[in-house]
Amino acid sequence: MIQVFVKEFNSFLNSLIAYIVIGAFLTGIGLLTWVFPETSVLDYGFADLDTLFSMAPYVFIFLIPAITMKSFAEEKKMGTLELLLTKPLSDWNVVLGKFFATWALVFLALVPTAIYYFSVYQLGNPVGNVDSAGVMGSYIGLALLAMIFSAFGLFASSLTSNQIVSFILAAFLCFLIYMGFDSLSSFGGNAALFIKQFGIIYHYESLSKGLVDSRDVIYFLSVTGFILLTTKVVISSRKW
Amino acid sequence: MSLSVSHLTKVFGQQCAVNDITFSIEKGEIVGFLGPNGAGKSTTMKMATGYLPATSGSIQVNGLDVTTYSIQVRKMMGYLPEHNPLYLDMYVHEYLHFIGKVFEIPGSRLKSRVAEIIDLCGLTPEQNKKIETLSKGYRQRVGLAQALIHNPEVLILDEPTTGLDPNQILEIRKLIKQISSDKTVIFSTHIMQEVQAICDRVIVINKGVIVADDSVNNLLAAQAQTDIVVEFNGEVNAQELAALEGVEKVTLVKSGVYKLKAKNGADLRAEVFKFATERQLSLIGLKQEENTLEDIFRSLTVKETVT
Repeated sequence: MIQVFVKEFNSFLNSLIAYIVIGAFLTGIGLLTWVFPETSVLDYGFADLDTLFSMAPYVFIFLIPAITMKSFAEEKKMGTLELLLTKPLSDWNVVLGKFFATWALVFLALVPTAIYYFSVYQLGNPVGNVDSAGVMGSYIGLALLAMIFSAFGLFASSLTSNQIVSFILAAFLCFLIYMGFDSLSSFGGNAALFIKQFGIIYHYESLSKGLVDSRDVIYFLSVTGFILLTTKVVISSRKW
Repeated sequence: MSLSVSHLTKVFGQQCAVNDITFSIEKGEIVGFLGPNGAGKSTTMKMATGYLPATSGSIQVNGLDVTTYSIQVRKMMGYLPEHNPLYLDMYVHEYLHFIGKVFEIPGSRLKSRVAEIIDLCGLTPEQNKKIETLSKGYRQRVGLAQALIHNPEVLILDEPTTGLDPNQILEIRKLIKQISSDKTVIFSTHIMQEVQAICDRVIVINKGVIVADDSVNNLLAAQAQTDIVVEFNGEVNAQELAALEGVEKVTLVKSGVYKLKAKNGADLRAEVFKFATERQLSLIGLKQEENTLEDIFRSLTVKETVT
């Protein structure tokens, strides 16, 4: 697994992918957080990072599928998947190696936003008047959300050898799990809360309050686990 | 027994790609796997590497079943898939490094092993280039290098020389021959000279069935059929030629040139020479045409199609 991880991660760094992903994410989020008047922290008057945490998932809906769209699709098209799967690597090794590489790249994009936290920390009146627990919880939530999106991206990529199909499918799935259930719940009547709990927003918002509830963490881990398992089954389906 | 395949069958939907084939290859043998396009060569190789499962039958490598001991078997095996897929955006040495790590070559030995294999495959001048910038011949060498990096006991090469120019083909052949002394090598091709040049043994497969499995020489001998082409300075009575001992058929190629087909592979040259001296004809050409492997391949695979 570690070999695939290193190879995938290096291939992000050696191509433009990593820099474009990090650059696009930081530019977009930076503009929203500090420059655009409607969402700017500076104009808002409260020392918090809500803008970052509410906008980042939408940026991820497009960015993460862009990272993962080639991971299996291209390997299928080029035939390198056959090469990889006839090496002494199990199907799990390949899936997990790629998954962790994607997640690590998203992590790398998130790290510089720590500066935002320090800026807001300094801007608070008095200095340090910021909900640090809430910010930590939100970061954990964002990392876990990126985990689910990465898993969905890989899954979409494993279904096809066409990168565009993979991208669109992944973006749609990410959108569906992030917002879809939340929106659907308004039709749910009595089952509204139940339906809401299938979506990410419910759990993400709960984490952003600064309370890391095991139920939320288990939700993120189990959804990711299930999607990765499905991806592994798709990869192994050549044997059926 | 390094590689043994028994009663292997693969069915894709309605189509039977490989139908109950059985063969085994000993250590040190180089076996050519021949067959027309779509005969089931690649499918058999994919099953041997464990990439595809067999519908029925089994494949064993050094006594280990490829599906049960999949990972162990893959460690002993070098595989060059058809079309030689490579990570084009990687550098040659980076790619080989990655493959070496996948085969768990310890870090201390990996560097020297990569250098060794780069040298062996003649990639030294290209080692710092990206694979996408390499010519087809060099890419093929990179493909071979990745199959060889862990010094596998069994080497499976699916059409290693397609699309190469004649010089590159010779070099790749030389390379295969050079590395194969202590390995079991099976490679598929549809180039006959290649088989004659490097193989000890040939397995011919057609429509998923083995139609021949023998050494190259035996195969040539069994199907021996020596035709001779004679050229006289002037017209000769074809009837008289046909009356010669051992001649089965005479065909006129062009004026004065006849093609004689021998019965049971008899050598007609002496007879023809005698014939010419007796009649005081000037014999200006006498050429023996041996059956090539190509003819044998044709007769084996086309005949099967007809029946």
